[in-house]
Amino acid sequence: MVGVAVVYDVGIRSEPPGRTGFAHLFEHLMFQGSENLEKFAHFRYVQGSGGVFNGSTHLDYTDYFETLPAGALERALFLEADRMRGPNLTEANLRNQVDVVKEEIRVNVLNRPYGGFPWLRLPPVMFDTFPNAHDGYGSFEDLEAASVADAAEFFETYYAAGNAVLAVAGDLDPDQTRVLVERHFGDVPARPAPPRPDFGEPDLTEERRAELLDKLAPLPAVAMAWRVPDPINDLTGYLPYVVLAEVLTDGDASRLVERLVLRDRSVTSIGGYLGFMAEPFAVRGPTALVLQAYLPPEGNVERVLATVDEELDRLATDGLTDGELARVQARMASQLLRESDDVLGRGHAMAVLELQRGDPAMVNRLPQLIGSVTEEQVRAAAATLRPQRRASLEIIPGGGERE
Amino acid sequence: MRAVPELLPLGELTLPESAERTLPSGLTVIAIRRATVPLVEVRLRVPFGQADLPGASVLAQTLLSGTATRSNVEIATELQAAGGALSASVNPDRLLVAGNGLASRLDQLLSVLAEVLTAASYPEEQVVTERERLVDRIRVARKQPAHLVQEVLLRRIYGDHPYGEQTPEPAQVQAVSGEQLRRLHAERVSPRGATLVLVGDLDPDAILDVAADRLGGWLGGQEPVTLPATPPLVPGPLLLADRPESVQSSLRLALPAVGRHHPDHPALQLANLIFGGYFSSRWVENIREDKGYSYSPRSTVEHSEAGSVVVVAAEVATEVTAPALLETWYELGRLACLPPTEEELTQARQYALGTIQLSMATQAGLAGLASTYAGFGLRLDYLLRYTQALADITVDDVATVAARYLAPARAVPVLLGDATEVEAGLARLGPVTREPW
Repeated sequence: MVGVAVVYDVGIRSEPPGRTGFAHLFEHLMFQGSENLEKFAHFRYVQGSGGVFNGSTHLDYTDYFETLPAGALERALFLEADRMRGPNLTEANLRNQVDVVKEEIRVNVLNRPYGGFPWLRLPPVMFDTFPNAHDGYGSFEDLEAASVADAAEFFETYYAAGNAVLAVAGDLDPDQTRVLVERHFGDVPARPAPPRPDFGEPDLTEERRAELLDKLAPLPAVAMAWRVPDPINDLTGYLPYVVLAEVLTDGDASRLVERLVLRDRSVTSIGGYLGFMAEPFAVRGPTALVLQAYLPPEGNVERVLATVDEELDRLATDGLTDGELARVQARMASQLLRESDDVLGRGHAMAVLELQRGDPAMVNRLPQLIGSVTEEQVRAAAATLRPQRRASLEIIPGGGERE
Repeated sequence: MRAVPELLPLGELTLPESAERTLPSGLTVIAIRRATVPLVEVRLRVPFGQADLPGASVLAQTLLSGTATRSNVEIATELQAAGGALSASVNPDRLLVAGNGLASRLDQLLSVLAEVLTAASYPEEQVVTERERLVDRIRVARKQPAHLVQEVLLRRIYGDHPYGEQTPEPAQVQAVSGEQLRRLHAERVSPRGATLVLVGDLDPDAILDVAADRLGGWLGGQEPVTLPATPPLVPGPLLLADRPESVQSSLRLALPAVGRHHPDHPALQLANLIFGGYFSSRWVENIREDKGYSYSPRSTVEHSEAGSVVVVAAEVATEVTAPALLETWYELGRLACLPPTEEELTQARQYALGTIQLSMATQAGLAGLASTYAGFGLRLDYLLRYTQALADITVDDVATVAARYLAPARAVPVLLGDATEVEAGLARLGPVTREPW
């Protein structure tokens, strides 16, 4: 099998005001045909080759990818190059995909409990500027207002060849693949990457709290986040937080699961991760360490926040127990290796690392980088997660019981 | 126009190196080498047919909650130190303990697994905690439209069969005691008929000895209980379950299907793909890419040990509920009445063949596949026969099975949505009855 991934350096944070959800809507339009491909052709060619495909929109990048039998590699390169030269942007395709995206939002956000929690709901509590705070799925109003001209401009600006990275991984010959890539991408018009704005915001200096009534939710929930060092410019400062999230929440032997779930029974589940989309090595700053917990019906969010503070204090003061850091690092290394067993997972990670860091080989160093984090660094990281730097969002359940 | 590059031929399916042994206890161990990353995947499948539903549900939650000599936290610590994790889940066919870890620490993973299987103690305090957590999860699930419509569909098509009720009631969960769990474990967490699949960077023959040594002491329990065959589908009016203010309707149609052993299986698989089983299908192109009614419509042939069924599923906007059902009837009827084109068949076949190879292209995928097949008495070599059968299917074969299994007249339709908004439109297409809840 081979994995083919094209990532573009554009995401939710680059959307213009008044066009919330546009990066994602545009991703859908990239599947609607291009210079040499009619509508339906892209996915028929991929699947008719025995392959699978998808695309997704993130805070800082948008990806398009396929996993296919090795004999379909050249076809996949053709398909990606064709839409890089220019998708077929028509009014009919736009209206059709606005409808599809609205259904996607209904499934994932509007018609279910905890929809968009916390990834769409916590950023506006933590951040003040439009790029970081707005709803990346978009309002129906903005989606409906999107025009073909907007799409053409978005493509012109952000879908420049100079703003993209192609990765190919798997059962292939590198020299031969280079020839195929040249053959299909060689005449994609050169356009430079647009300047990337600085999305930076100052850290919080006092605590922020918000509440949201969720009519479908049966249980209270809370998410909290603290800003962390810049993942790109300060990798050394950032890595301890990646480890800390696992020390706090990876399984029954983690600090917060043991305390809150198993001992106090004050939450029914808790998870922790880096970045609002939980991809520690595919996001730029500003970003955060996020904790997300669901409470029993009579649960008390105030108490959960206080206990998290207490546990962070304890970690910062007393440090880790014997073997605690090593076992968390062992599990993290094994998870990283597992992701790269899949040819696409490996290629995709390399493409994003190249895009954001110019260092695709970092995929091989990640387990060692995680392993190099020291106990003192984890302690110091825990010590920075203070209430006055915290943004939190409580979900107030509004759902009646039907049992 | 530039020409789309031709495909190079799809490589022959090659099976990974493997070894298998059945221990005196009745446990079958299957070891498969895939040395791409230095890890190992573990899947233990224990037959669980006819096990008490609330008991089995709590058992899966508390299996790893403590043993005679180790607490829940100590178990988790030991696994994590091996770069690993294990978790248990249950369905009406089986209890599954699944996990992974560093290949160099497989011994440690198997030792923990063996200890849990032979000495899980279901401590009272953890049982209370896990019961309450399970009740909370059920509360949340019962607010999810996908879960609710699944409950309605299962009741409708399976009735009193054990598949008809797969989620226990909260009060039943709260009544399960540690004593009950220890008894259920002694009876049903048995090596008889169980299969342990190990996939990864390992020497299959050598690892069988290790597994036999670590797990050889897991003994006893009952013979597996065979489930009665599922009842035939009985078509009838559309069953409408009300979910007031729902902004989408959850549509499900059940259609008859056959198991992997049946001669119609390969053609049905391809007919289902052509209808709605993948993105490039008639139904998805119609209701998504042409009409924008739905985000991810999908049709799946689902196999369980006691029977198989095709489930056609879509979430559609409330205001287009009846039109979406109309198009669904139309596409099913069209394939049941008219043969597909050669091109459609070739494309679906290539997809089926390619995705089989894809499903074997990771340790986790291979482990899941081998474990699932083992539940049906199959091994991976089944795929050699199956891919050959797919290659031989003709347009006529697809037309025949589509008429037999995918005809609208054979469908059992169920819909969850805002009944006051959708009922009148649906009633124009055929009879509707309300789910009494």
